[in-house]
Parts: sequence; C-alpha cells; structure tokens
Amino acid sequence: MSQPSQLSTEHPDKPVIPAVNYLNADRGVWSWLTTIDHKRIGVMYLVSVLIAFLLGGIFAMALRLELLTPGPTIMGANTYNRMFTLHGVVMIFLFMIPAIPGVFGNFLLPLMLGAKDVAFPRLNLLSLYLYWTGATLALSGMIMGGTDTGWTFYAPYSTTTPMTLFPVLLGVFILGFSSILTGLNFIVTVHTLRAPGMGWMRLQLFVWAIYATSIIQVLATPVIGLTVMLIGIEKVGHFGLFDPSRGGDPVLFQHMFWFYSHPAVYIMVLPSMGVISEAIAAFARKNIFGYKMIAYSSLGIAFVGFFAWGHHMFVSGQSSLDNGAFAAISMLVGVFTAIKVFNWVATLYRGSIAVKTPLVYICGFLFFVVFGGMTGIAVATVSLDVHWHDTYFVIAHFHFIMVGAVIMAFLIALHYWFPKMFGRMYHEGWGMVAASLIVLGFNATFIPQFLLGNAGMPRRYYIYPERYQALNVASTAGASLLAFGFLIILIYLIYALVRGPIAGDNPWDSRGYEWMTTSPPPKHNFDVTPVITQDSHSYQEPGEEVEHVVI
Amino acid sequence: MSSSEGGLTKPHLAHHFETIEKQDYAVRLGMWLFLGTEVLLFAGLFLGYTVYRHFYYEAFHQASRHLALWAGTTNTIVLITSSLSVALAYHAIKQNKKKQCAALLIFTILCAFVFLGIKAFEYREKFLEGALPGAHYHFAEVTAPGANLYYTIYFLSTGLHAIHVIVGMSILIWILARVLKGEFSATNYVPVELGGLYWHLVDLVWIFLFPLLYLI
Repeated sequence: MSQPSQLSTEHPDKPVIPAVNYLNADRGVWSWLTTIDHKRIGVMYLVSVLIAFLLGGIFAMALRLELLTPGPTIMGANTYNRMFTLHGVVMIFLFMIPAIPGVFGNFLLPLMLGAKDVAFPRLNLLSLYLYWTGATLALSGMIMGGTDTGWTFYAPYSTTTPMTLFPVLLGVFILGFSSILTGLNFIVTVHTLRAPGMGWMRLQLFVWAIYATSIIQVLATPVIGLTVMLIGIEKVGHFGLFDPSRGGDPVLFQHMFWFYSHPAVYIMVLPSMGVISEAIAAFARKNIFGYKMIAYSSLGIAFVGFFAWGHHMFVSGQSSLDNGAFAAISMLVGVFTAIKVFNWVATLYRGSIAVKTPLVYICGFLFFVVFGGMTGIAVATVSLDVHWHDTYFVIAHFHFIMVGAVIMAFLIALHYWFPKMFGRMYHEGWGMVAASLIVLGFNATFIPQFLLGNAGMPRRYYIYPERYQALNVASTAGASLLAFGFLIILIYLIYALVRGPIAGDNPWDSRGYEWMTTSPPPKHNFDVTPVITQDSHSYQEPGEEVEHVVI
Repeated sequence: MSSSEGGLTKPHLAHHFETIEKQDYAVRLGMWLFLGTEVLLFAGLFLGYTVYRHFYYEAFHQASRHLALWAGTTNTIVLITSSLSVALAYHAIKQNKKKQCAALLIFTILCAFVFLGIKAFEYREKFLEGALPGAHYHFAEVTAPGANLYYTIYFLSTGLHAIHVIVGMSILIWILARVLKGEFSATNYVPVELGGLYWHLVDLVWIFLFPLLYLI
C-alpha cells in the first residue's frame, strides 16, 4: 500500500469503487458546504470554474458572431465593449486563475504529498467562499451596471466612463484575497505536510509547479488588490491619483496593474506546465527527463516573471532603456520555457507511448506553447511590438498561451485525474473525437487572428473594413468547432460520472504518489500514512535500478 | 479550560498534523507569509509616494511642513511603546504569567486607542484647513502644483494604516479575552505570538510612513 512500485504489478479482475469514500462519507448539501475536506473543496471549485468557463465561452461566441460581418451583426458598439469585458474578466479572474490550482491543486496536492489535508483546511474553505462572493459581485456588477473598460481597467478611461465599476472592482479585490489565501495555504502545506521520506527532490513536478505558482499568488496579488481599490476610490472620490488634470499619472496605473497582471500569466501557465510533466511521464511510461531542470525552471519563470511587466507598455512612453531591459528580461521567460519543452520532448523520446485522449492534448499543448512562446518573443521585441501593439496579433499570441496551453492542460488534468476524483472512466472514443476537434478548432480560430493582426486589424472594435472578412469568418468557424468539442466533452463526462465503467484504483498504471490510495480516495486520503521510498515519476520495473539523469 | 494561574493548557492538535511542533511551525510560516502580503499591499502606495515626490518635489516638501509634527511624533512613540508591551505580553505568557500578560495586552490596546484618537484629531485639522485629496483640495497655504496629490497619498496611506490598527486592535482584544478565560499558558501561546507579530507589522508600516510623510 505504501510503495508506488507495488501498485503497478497487477490489476484486480473486477475493479470496484470503495464502499465508503470522500464522496459518500458524509451526505447532504450542508455536509458539502461546511466541509473542510480538500477533495470536496476541489470538486466544488471544479463545478464553479466550469460554470465560469461556460459563461466566458458564451461571451466569446457572441464576440465571434459579431465579427462575422464587417458591419454591426448582432450587437452595437456598447454591447460589444461590455461583452469583451465580460469575456476577459470571467475567463481570467473566475476561470483561469483558480482553474488548475483551485481544482487540481486542492484535490491533488495533499494526495501527492502523502498528507491528510492542506495545512489550513478552514482557510481553504474560506478561499472558496471568497471566490463565490467575489464572483457573484463581479458578475452582478457587470450584468446590472455594465463595465466597458476591458479586463485591464486602464485609467483614465475607467475613472471617467459613465458605467458603474465599483462592484466589479470590489469583486476582483475579493477574488484576489481568495487567490492569496489559496497560495499561502499551499506553500505552508508543501513545507510542513510532506510524508516521511519525501524530500524536496522527490516532490512531484505538479507540486513544484503549484509551489512556484503560489509564490507568485502571494507576492503579486496584494498589488492588484490595492490597484483596483485605487481605481474604485478614484472613480468614487476623485482623489486624482491617476488623473492627469490633477497632476496624476495614468501610466503609474499601468505599472501597478501589470506588476500583478504579467506574473498572473504565470499563475495561469505554471500549473499547466505541472500538469504536462505529470501526464507526459504517465503516457510515455518513462521517467521524466531532467526532473531538476523542470522543477527549477518553474521557480525561474516565477522569478523572472516579476520583472517583465514593462513589455506591456512599450508604447506608453517608457524610456528606451526601460524598453530594452524589459524586452531582454521577457525573453528569459522563453529560455526557461524552452528548457521545459526540451525535457518533455526528451521524455517522449523512446518512451512506450500510450496514445490516449490526454496524449492528443499533450501534443496540442507542445505545439501551442512553442508557437505561442515564439510569438511571445516576437512581441517582446520592441520594434515589432510597436507594429503589433493592440492588434489581433497580440490577441492571437496570448490566446495561444492561455487557451492553447492553459485550457489544453486543464483538459488533460480533467481527463487524467477524472478516474482519481470520481472512480469512473470516460468514453475513450468520444474523448479522441473531442480532442481532435478542439486542437483543430483552436488552430482554425487563432491562426487567422495572427494574420489579421499583422494586416493591421486592431483589437476591441466591433466593425472592421471588408478586406478583413474572410479571415474573420475562418476564425468564427474555428470557434464553432471549439465550442462543439467542449459540448461533446461536457456530455460524455456527465455520462461517465453516472454510467461510466468503474476505473479501478490506478487505471493509467501511473507512478504518481496520488495513485497510492484508492480512487476515489477515502475521507482522510490514506488509511496508513505512506512512507516514500522512491523518486517520483519512476517508471522502472520493480527491482530495476532507478536511473538518475544528471545534467 | 483551566483558569488558574498555574494551569498548563494544551493547544488543539488538528487531525492532519502529526505533532504540535509541526503545527506551530505551519501557523508561524503562514503568518509570516501573510505579513509579506501586507507589506506588498502597502508597497503600491509607497511606489505612488516615490513617483509623485519625484514629480512634485516642491509641493511635497512644503505640504509635509504643514502636518502636525508633535502629533506624528507622539503617535510614533505610542506605537513603539505598544510594540514593546505586546512583546512583553508574549514573554509573560511564555513564563505562564497570565495576569501580567493580560495587563500588558490591555496597555497595548489602550495605546492603539490613543493612536487612533490623535490620528482622528489630525484628520479633523486637515478637513478644516481643506488640505484634502485630489478634487477636494482647497488649502490656501500650499499652492505648488501636486500638493493635492501629497494629501491623496497622505490620506490613502494613513487611512489604510488606520484600518490595520483597527484590525490589529480587534485581534488583540480577542486574544485578551482568551487570555482572561485562561486558554493560554506556557504550553499554549502561539496565538499570542501571532497577534503580536501582526501588531509589530502595524508598527513597522508606521515607522516608514512617519519619516516619509512628516520629516522629509
């Protein structure tokens, strides 16, 4: 029970779901709402972020429909402005930031550490409630008052727009608190609740990624909290802090905003990279290549990410020296990302690859992260950015990272750990169909946007000259494919939840520590505290010597 | 819970920790991280101060002469004294001197009230003078451009600090209540330590605000 190597030896003939597990140990809605079990909190996050994703997706489809024709199609300019703000705020603050840490971090971190729970279980529940409060405030504020500033809230427009902004800003502030408390909780958990025998160099790479993410969450989020409150105070009280007519400086707002919001990109991307490291070893059936390099590069990205924010402001009147420095630092992110990509590809090399649904997404992820990363280097180049700034090129670039990397990783995590969470298996055939549709649809949506941006189409306009129409139609068609793919996933996962075949404790024969316990796990995770005697991601046959990769 | 002076109480060990020592380490680490986030929360305002001081040096210089130096100095002394008393309260409970701990906590909380009182008096002065943030500024004595921004920063940073004083004070009152109920002792004192740490942070922020706003 305590050693991962023993699990892989055989499958029981007929897998069963443990009679008592975390899902049915306590019953009733109230037992869920008052639970301090990290697994249940993870499941509640899952439901919440999926609802947010659905909403954000609907708004995105509305945007793409509007852009189908050059003139007004289904909405006017003001509705369009509100729609892209809704899309941005919901996708970033309600979906992507909490998605992987909130759902899978909560569910898996203690399991991967061999712990019974996170360090502060009640604080963890508070994070979820803060998320719900912030989400409700932000959404109701946007739907009733309407916000048309985009998710960036740039001053001085945000402080002068006639629309009510305060509930949305307060919502974002509270969501930030939720994010800080989750990060703080995870850092302390990794420091204090590792099972006996679990040294830092035996942590799973997902844990390293979540740890690095948590550092960013704890250090960067307070700044956005203060910044959105300053915008709120400015709007209500006219304190003049970002108002040029009173001597204030709007560019200061941009600095403070991006000081958080650029590292926030890594709050979204780093956990995805952790997911890939886990899944790629499991589906290549091979020890992860370059464990230490992958682990340290997560910390490297977290560190460098703090000093790259200025590349959002190349055309905001920064000095050439600042521009050059920020450009150079931004490119370092590419170095750390490339280290990871090389190690993942090297892990696949000569592995016994199992072509399953998650692997299709992994291949998609590798392509998207390289393509998105390369275009990131391109837009971090000052001279090129001046041309592409605020065009669809930038939109396509960050969607390659945020949809291409983060959502692919979210789907990998959802498929790879679905049996862990619920003890049942989804339909592999439909999984493959949906995965192919999504990878295809994604390319069809965003590659045309690169071309549009390069041809000069600016972002955030609801009408455009006719010469851009063909590519916009292609992009909207791609978005429909994407939406169709997500719909298929929704249907077969709900079906699997109720009727899916019972998966067994470790259907992937994975060596991750989280599979050492039953699927779904019992209420307190482990009947006996596990003792770790092997490195993580160790796919040797039992008895074979562990191969250490020295770099 | 025993309430006698000598009673050694035991802290509650949560189910997921093996030992009290590990649990104590975890809550201390959590508190230090939280204090880190607090520092970064204030960092944005310090950044604003730096930028606008650079832009409007003359206005910032003149406006800082118009703060009540005696009030700021008294408040600094009050806060530093309260930091000492909260540290002594922690020292007392570690030696199981519960009454002494309670007395020192009461003294600390009184200091907090004095601080807020003096601050309220200062705010009142500024309101009467019209030395107010941004659009509301109509203070006749400092007319250099950017003076309104000095008072924006002044009110935002001291206001945020005052909120922290109130929060810290509430935490100390809650801890005092538990000390009086006899919940803490030489073997169970971590919450007193954490409350004290938070109070030190409140003090520390003021130590930076005072010279920046009043002295230079």
